Parts: sequence; structure tokens; C-alpha cells
Amino acid sequence: MSDLAKKSIKEKGLPLIEEPKTKLPLYISLRELSLRYHFGTAKIQTFFEGLKEGKVYMTRCRKCDEKFFPPQADCPKCLESDMEWIPLSGEGELLTCTMITVKPSTFAHYDNYIVGIAQMKEGVRVLAWLQIDDPRKIKPKMKVRLTTVRREPEHFITYEFAPM
Amino acid sequence: MRDVAIVGVGHSRFGNRYDVRIDELAWEAVREALKDAELSAKDMEFLVVGCTGGWSAESLPAVICSEYCGTLPKGSMRVEAACATGSAAVAVAYNLVASGYVDLVLVLGVEKMYESPGPVQIELIGRAGNYFWEFENFGMTFPAYYALHATGYMWKHGLKEEDLAQIAVKNHFYASMNPKAQFKKKIVVDTVMGSRYIAWPLKLFDCCPLTDGSAALILASESVARKITDTPVWISAIGASTGTGNLSKRDMFLNLEYSGLESAVEAARQAYKRAGIDYNNAAKHFDVACVHDCFTIAELMAYEDLGFCKRGEGLKLIREKQTYNGGLIPVNIDGGLKAKGHPIGATGCSMMYSLVKQLRQEYRELAGREAQATIRKGRALAHNIGGTGHYAYVTILSLEKPHK
Ligand SMILES: [Zn+2]
Repeated sequence: MSDLAKKSIKEKGLPLIEEPKTKLPLYISLRELSLRYHFGTAKIQTFFEGLKEGKVYMTRCRKCDEKFFPPQADCPKCLESDMEWIPLSGEGELLTCTMITVKPSTFAHYDNYIVGIAQMKEGVRVLAWLQIDDPRKIKPKMKVRLTTVRREPEHFITYEFAPM
Repeated sequence: MRDVAIVGVGHSRFGNRYDVRIDELAWEAVREALKDAELSAKDMEFLVVGCTGGWSAESLPAVICSEYCGTLPKGSMRVEAACATGSAAVAVAYNLVASGYVDLVLVLGVEKMYESPGPVQIELIGRAGNYFWEFENFGMTFPAYYALHATGYMWKHGLKEEDLAQIAVKNHFYASMNPKAQFKKKIVVDTVMGSRYIAWPLKLFDCCPLTDGSAALILASESVARKITDTPVWISAIGASTGTGNLSKRDMFLNLEYSGLESAVEAARQAYKRAGIDYNNAAKHFDVACVHDCFTIAELMAYEDLGFCKRGEGLKLIREKQTYNGGLIPVNIDGGLKAKGHPIGATGCSMMYSLVKQLRQEYRELAGREAQATIRKGRALAHNIGGTGHYAYVTILSLEKPHK
């Protein structure tokens, strides 16, 4: 669109184009917005330290025993913030999954990916990618293992499932 | 609390509306609603705008639309509840009137999605969960969230992709009669089965389109409503609930004996309780319903979440065509989100537009006899879900005044 707008300014003095399908006139804004967010991790820093050591942590409230994944630092049940950080064993059972073939623009560079939710032995559930060579091998309640991995091409640490 | 009635409704043509800006699009629905109620913009005492935004240029749609539609200097606000935004806007307006704060409120649902390219819209809607834990590293999309439900349902109840296709066929059938709908073509099961996967097991024809559109409602207190119309449609009850941001935390859908949206069940139970309706026999209380079918699986879950049938029996309703007009309960006989279109913030108001027309028995003038429900009980239901059960609103409309 923006190339078309530039061409149009050159020819007609305005960033007005004809929409290809409907042939209706469109004004292409010249002000492109790019957004990248950042958010604080201080309260759950243990989770990220854990990833570096190959561990995926959950939290458990020491007062009321409530378990949290994603891990959180505050317990809304008893209003306390005294959490035990527990590394997940990685053993889980697949509850559902999907394969995403129409991807968001910021995921366009990855191959089609499978996202699953598994029930973990510790009583929490985790959503993550499932690496499997053939999606036809996926079975309801199949055993999966959660491990930390490097995601390429960015090479950052995250976690994913694989069949046990 | 005072009783509140809908006394005017308006609706734009849905679709790809490159021909208008957001305020011009809003005006199409507002103008029709004002004409319907024989009122002027100056009569309105407040404007509540449902608009999710993000994909369109205007940051303050409530102000832009107030100016264009002539409601200045009355108060206004924008309401957000993802895809349930329109119903949330109605809930706010309802309370403005019921509380006695004002007597006449204009509710406008409007969304201009095609101001951004498709992939950007997919990205923005995919972020509608718990951002870091679902999107940042795992790239969830809106179809993918519902696909997780579809897979879960298949694994539990033996749902087939062909069953889901039947829902798409029904909703396209009714959209073909609705002059305001985005899609006008009838389809067959093979159309759905032959379309490409978006997020397995959901295919292109299981998904609602991206849509530009607007719908407007005028809400009035009883004394004012009586002066405006002989057929006020009363807001009998509203139920609202919120689900977890993380899909992984949904106990009900992840338990193996169950599949559904907890928030929808909760919203329905609240609304039914207020309206005196038995949850276990809900279908027989309504002449017609609009449910949130952003994906075919969503309509199936809605049947069960609303108590139209037992758990796992939604399939039977589809296979027996019980949700066609003339069946147990006609559902989405305006085409639904699936084929009428889903302009996010306008959808809730669009549902209520259809239901008001149905209850007044004017829908036949719009879409023909085949799409006009038989009105016996004088009651209709709108089930509007934001995100994947992140927000849930159930609104019951009635020809009978709630408080005698
Ligand atoms: Zn606690």
C-alpha cells in the first residue's frame, strides 16, 4: 500500500489509491505506527532465572496452598504474597491442541506450529507449542514432556512440549 | 430500578466498507434508529459507544461519532468488552436509564476493521488473551483459541468436522435473505469441508469474516417509551460474567466430561434467574435467539451453555436441524456472526437489532417470511461472547414489561 501511496503522490499530489477489489478511493495515511511493548518481570524474576537453568517454575501459596501457572507473586485468595517456587517435573497429559496455519504477522517466519494445553503432574495446566514429527500421531490424553528449548531463529529460551 | 425499553433500532450494511469512514458508518445506523423512533439526535441524553478499536485510525470514536451524529454536547463514553462490546454498551446504557440518571440513551456499536491490513487484524485479535503467556511466545490467533475448544469437544463427544460445517450452512442460508449481511451466497457442507485450514480443525468456512459495520439502539425509560411507541421491547434481564485470561486455567472445558464456556453458563444463569427462566428447559421460553457464532464450534457450545440442550447433545440439535426457523429454537436466523459478519464492537447491538425486529414481527419486511420467527412467547435471547469466553453477556428481550 505504501509504495502505491508514494507513486500516487508523485503522479497526483495525493496519497489516494484505488482499492484493488472494490475500486473505491482510499486515502493512505502517511503516519506509520510501529509498537513494541515492555513490561516488568521483577516479581516473577525467578521464572526467568529458572528458564536459563532449564527449569519451568510454578508458584504455590504457602498459606492456602493455591497453585499458579502462569506463576504469580500474589495470592488473591488469602491476600498473602508468600510463594514457594516449584520447578515442574515436566510430565503432562495433552488435553487439547490446534495447528496454526494462518499466523499473526509477527509469527509469519515460523513453520506452521501446534499449540497444546497439558495437565501437569503438579496440578497446574500449561499452554505451549508441541513439537511432533507427524501431527497424525497426536492422541487424546497422550503423555507429553515439557522442557526448555531455544527458539530459532531468534535463539531465545522458552518452553515446549514433546511426546514422551 | 426502572424498567427500560428499546424504542428504536438501526443497522448499517455489513461488509467491507471502504466507501465510508467510521463516523459515516455510525451515522447509517444512528439515522435509521432515530427515524425508527421518530426522534432527533438532540433528544438523546447520552451516547454510549461500543467500539473495540485498535485497527482503525480514530482513538476517540465516541467523540468523533457524537460530533458527526449530532448528539453534542451530551455525555458520551466508549465501552470495551472485546467481541461482547456491543452488549456491554447496552448494559451500561440500561443502567443509565434504569437508575433514573437519564430517560433516553443512544447506544451505538461500530467497528471499522478494514482500515488495517488483514495480518495486522489477525495479530491484534490474537493478543486478546493473556498476552505474555499465550501470544508473545506461542502466537495464538483467535481461531486457534476456539480450535482448542473444538479439539477438546471432538475428543470428548465424537464431534465431526462435518457437524460443524452444518452450522455454517445454516447461517449462510439465513444470511442470504438478510439484505444487511456481508455474505449473500448459500453454501453446502462441501464448501466448508473443501476450504483450507486456518487453525486445525477449523477451516476458513468455520470462521466469521472481518467486518465493517454499525448498529444502533435507543433505550428509554417507561414513561418516555410509552410516548414514543406502542411496541416497546423491554430489556427483561442482563447477565454478565468474566472468564480467565489464560485458556489453560479453564476448569470446565479442560475437564474431560465437559466442554463449554464457564462465563457463558454463569451469564445465562444470572439472566435466567432475573427473568424467572428455568435453565434446564431454557429453549422453550424463547421464540428466537442470536448466539455468538464467531466460529461454528462457538454456536455448538452456546446451545449447551445456554441450557438449550444437555452437555454433548448440541450435536443432536444440529443433526436434527432443530435450530432452523420452525425447530425447537431458531438460532441466528439473521445469518449470525458467521455470515452476517462480525464488526467486533457492533455485534451485540446487531443481535438486538435483529431480535427487536423479530419480536415486533417486522423482520419479515427486511428478510422475508422464511426468516421471521413465530412470536408466541414474546421473548428473545442475545448471547454475546468477548474473546474466547473472556467476557460473556446474555441479554433477554421481552414484549412483556419486566415489573408489573
Ligand atoms: Zn493463598
